[in-house]
Amino acid sequence: MLDYFLQQLIFALAIGAIYGLIALGYTMVYGVMRLINFAHGEFFMLGPYVYTFIFSGLIGLGGLAPVLDSVIAIVASFVIVGLLGVAIERFAYRPLRAYGRLAPMLSALGMSIVLQSAVRVTVGPQPVHFPAIVPSTPIDALGGMVTTVQFGILVAAVLLMVGLTLFVNGTRLGIWIRAASESWTTSSLLGIRVNRAVSLVFFIGPGLGAMAGIMYASYYGIMQPTMGSVIGLKAFTAAILGGIGSIPGAMLGGFLLGAIETFGTAFLPILSFGYIGTEYRDVFAFAVLILVLLFKPAGLLGETVSEETTVAKKDY
Amino acid sequence: MGNSVIARRLGLLAVLALCVVLLALVPYLPSYYVRVVDSILIYIILAVGLNLVVGYAGLLDLGFIAFYAVGAYAYALLASGQFDIHLPFIVILFIGAAAGAIAGVLLGFPVLKLRGDYLAIVTLSFGEIIRIAINNADDLTNGPQGIAGLDRASLFGLPLTTPVHFYWLLLVLAIIVCGGVYYMERSILGKAWRALREDQDVVRGLGINTTTLKLLAFALSAAIGGAGGVIFGAFQRFVSPESFTFQESLLVVLIIIIGGVGNIVGVIAGAVVLVVLPEVLHFAAQYRLLIYGVVLVTVIVLRPGGLVSPRFNLGFIIRKVRTLWLSPSKT
Repeated sequence: MLDYFLQQLIFALAIGAIYGLIALGYTMVYGVMRLINFAHGEFFMLGPYVYTFIFSGLIGLGGLAPVLDSVIAIVASFVIVGLLGVAIERFAYRPLRAYGRLAPMLSALGMSIVLQSAVRVTVGPQPVHFPAIVPSTPIDALGGMVTTVQFGILVAAVLLMVGLTLFVNGTRLGIWIRAASESWTTSSLLGIRVNRAVSLVFFIGPGLGAMAGIMYASYYGIMQPTMGSVIGLKAFTAAILGGIGSIPGAMLGGFLLGAIETFGTAFLPILSFGYIGTEYRDVFAFAVLILVLLFKPAGLLGETVSEETTVAKKDY
Repeated sequence: MGNSVIARRLGLLAVLALCVVLLALVPYLPSYYVRVVDSILIYIILAVGLNLVVGYAGLLDLGFIAFYAVGAYAYALLASGQFDIHLPFIVILFIGAAAGAIAGVLLGFPVLKLRGDYLAIVTLSFGEIIRIAINNADDLTNGPQGIAGLDRASLFGLPLTTPVHFYWLLLVLAIIVCGGVYYMERSILGKAWRALREDQDVVRGLGINTTTLKLLAFALSAAIGGAGGVIFGAFQRFVSPESFTFQESLLVVLIIIIGGVGNIVGVIAGAVVLVVLPEVLHFAAQYRLLIYGVVLVTVIVLRPGGLVSPRFNLGFIIRKVRTLWLSPSKT
């Protein structure tokens, strides 16, 4: 039982890390713009596609050492997807700033349709095999069997999260982002270029999403144009669970959602004597979310909304 | 009474007559077009219902389709061989609306203290829970295969089988729903909702119970959604969980935003545009969704307030007609 538990724990951490990385994109964008970026799941989907494109391009050109090819392709997909995020913000969201919060949200929805169908049209709707970046060898971790891929995902995701935390808390640009999330008007009065902070957030968020996409694709060995929809929805749930707008909250929410799902799937049928099967996994995740929000209306680590905040006064 | 007034009255009469003639001509169109019009009317009913919550009360509900599903499954369970229950259509129409309203209150009661995006995500979760539950409750709903062979509906002895029959039913219902919602919009209730949208703390400060207000909006809109679902079930004579995805909820929200939030005329325009657009784009084959998305974003960026200006609403049209008729000197 214990080794089964440990094995499930590693599964939970690996999938939770992926949720967490995507949730970071949702939460950072929400922090500065109060926008639910429905297109975010598509950046997650674009990650593995851009990676494969660059990687096979490098191989086609003769290629360097295989490791170097992978690294270049990974960095390139972060940058390319990030720049795409910046461009989308510039053209599809920025013109709508003065028009409340519904218009940009729906514009994001439109962008999501555009990105997804653009990929479908160019590479076809069918799932494509995604070659593993690291060879998948099983390793014995305290009695539980995990693969190098799961382990690699966990390490890479934690490194990215630590890096982001250091960046946001320790650098000048990070201070811009935090200031812009705190108060748009005040920070612009104090000479912070809020638009640059927004662009920065729209670079980092989609970039992290692309990284999560590459991890997810190497976990399951497959990618397809629709993969961003459901995962994006779940990651958004994770962001809300942790308290939207809060960066540690998104990470916590991601890991929690991963744990709820994995352990729910693994133990619910046992605990309920087979009455509630694994097919209720998603119901379980959403039900936990509703329960948490009933007792902590701003999520686990979210700030309690003060009466002065415009968001609180005017919902939509 | 000058010539210009007579000319304008004639013009107005011509416009009204044109509308009536166009609506009366729909049944003579080929079946495909009648179906498209039926679809537009269903979405008008749904969007006008959801608009009570999103447009008037200012609460974002991303799980609206759940109420539609409740209505559709009410018809599927109460008028099919599934449990061999065969209730008449009109009875189920009311049951569906009531079931929708109850679901709305059940959802609304615990979650309405949440604000903004938290409310949005909880309604979204609720919609997903309903869909997944329907998908998995095999004994009750047949799961993903859905329930087929629903009863042919009839209303007061008149059969409801062809798209044309449903066209008349939907047209009458759409007019009733739009009229009812317009009446509510102008009542003290509508004013309270609009105040709630602008600043809920002030509303509470004035001694109005905001929770009751929100619950009322939720229940009414859910009842409209439930009734719409019953008609959908009777029309398709087949229901499956696939019709009630998150994307459907988003489509209804999209109709409201594209048309113009809180404006019935806008909602009608939005429903027409968003139902007709994919049909028109059939020629583009696999590029259809891509073009659809591009058009969507372009429209939102160019007209962020919606296609129809907030000034051009039902009240404006009614006032225009009334003044031209009763006291033309004022115009």
